[in-house]
Amino acid sequence: MTKRVDLFALSALPAVLYLLVIYAVPLLMLLTRSVTGAEGLTLAPYTAFLSDAFNWQIIANTLRVAGLVTLTCLVIGYPVAFALSWARGLAQAVLLLSIILPLSVGVVVKAFAWQIVLKRDGVVTAALMATGLFEEPPRLLFTETGLVLGAANVFLPFMILPIYSVAKLVDPRLTEAGATLGATPWKRFARITWPLTLPGVISGIAFTFSLSVSMYVIPSLLIGDRFQTLATLTGRSFLLMRNEALGSATAVLLLALAVAVVVGSTWFARRLGRAA
Amino acid sequence: MTATERLVRGLVWAMAAIGVVFLMTPLVVTVAVSFGSSSVFTLPPPEWSLRWYERLWTTRGLWSALGTSVQVAALSTAVSLVLGTLCAIALVRSRIPGREVIATFLVSPLMLPGLVIGIAMLQAFRALGLRDAFASLILAHVVLTLPYVVRTVLGALSLFDFTLIDAARTLGRSYGGALLRVLAPALLPAFLTSGVFAFLASMDNYPVSIFFTDAWTKTLPIQMLQYVEESPDPRIAAISTGLILLAVLALVIGDRLVGLKRLADF
Repeated sequence: MTKRVDLFALSALPAVLYLLVIYAVPLLMLLTRSVTGAEGLTLAPYTAFLSDAFNWQIIANTLRVAGLVTLTCLVIGYPVAFALSWARGLAQAVLLLSIILPLSVGVVVKAFAWQIVLKRDGVVTAALMATGLFEEPPRLLFTETGLVLGAANVFLPFMILPIYSVAKLVDPRLTEAGATLGATPWKRFARITWPLTLPGVISGIAFTFSLSVSMYVIPSLLIGDRFQTLATLTGRSFLLMRNEALGSATAVLLLALAVAVVVGSTWFARRLGRAA
Repeated sequence: MTATERLVRGLVWAMAAIGVVFLMTPLVVTVAVSFGSSSVFTLPPPEWSLRWYERLWTTRGLWSALGTSVQVAALSTAVSLVLGTLCAIALVRSRIPGREVIATFLVSPLMLPGLVIGIAMLQAFRALGLRDAFASLILAHVVLTLPYVVRTVLGALSLFDFTLIDAARTLGRSYGGALLRVLAPALLPAFLTSGVFAFLASMDNYPVSIFFTDAWTKTLPIQMLQYVEESPDPRIAAISTGLILLAVLALVIGDRLVGLKRLADF
């Protein structure tokens, strides 16, 4: 028996070794390389990057856009996740399909589609003009609004699915009990539904935020070169500018941001779990 | 149900309808444009036509990029299926310490920025003297497809009742025979589904592939992006429609094997 257990453990080795060599070690190398200069340990690339006011503008751009995308996804995604947990039959199939199908289509395809959608004579502009609120067609493509709209579209499933995974577990009898005990609908939401779905909301926010921070294709196609984020700067410094010192520093900043979001959200969700 | 509750329910359903339209917009627009005659993406198209599809035959670089993408996706998925399934079995059955840490490590490539993973690999491969674009793409894509296999197979294994194997052995099967006749059929749907979605993830990858392409070896998304920059015309929508069709096919297979609802498990 013990022999078989050892065999089982051994079969994990190939995958773990592969990831260590091809993935973990390169990431560690990137990290160590960015803090080693000619005379040993140095933080020079980071201090150089952070002492430039223009770069703070880039960091602000990155966080602002990611924040707006996450907020947009939460506002649309929360009710959609609930509708999905209530839906049965055809409605459920339609909702599931329109969440999973876009998720299975590549980001280049969707970003290109949004270029068409956001054009000055595109469908969104036509719809806005039809409301009669605009004197002349509003410019959307190559604006921050267009970028947020397109990115929110691409990342929305990553907000809906985690919320759905907890919303479907909420026992409807709890809110009924709240109603019987005289709680107003608002109070029932704030005291029962929201706290129960909070773990899903946190993981949805973590996914959408870290994806939006590191998006690269969507900004290149929807807003262009004038607007820089940490990710576009990182990509460009390797692919176009051949400035690898700068690119490595911003890559590590991106990595740190992503790890902070994942670790922070896990810690927060675990704390919630313990409190409940 | 009180009036307020009805109102809230109505608002939630209205938002769901808006959500469906919003999510489907890029796909519907892409397909519509690809079958239109207009070269400036007029919607709805003035008349329907297949001219953009006809032009695909003579589009430079398209078919070699498609070939590269399919080979990279097929090879990396095959490697991931073997490595990932073995590892998932180990994680469920063995008593190695830190199983959760290992599982998180294996799916972590999905949680970190692809761009950063790509850059790290680029520098490491260079340090090792590996300059071949195709080999680099395969090595990198195994890392990207492995999480899909580990996650899905791990999910299926945790639902599998391993006493069934003991039962098969009591009934006279050898240990290997029991694995083959009892475990394998139970795992097959998850195994195939994870393969399909791993393949799709590799086909669509952009942020990692961009660092491992050269003038001769380009994957389809990279080649498409080049077309977008050089000559954005509805041919790109026609290629996109092909990729959307591939995704539809993957969903049909996934639905048959494990059901749409299981695909939405997060």
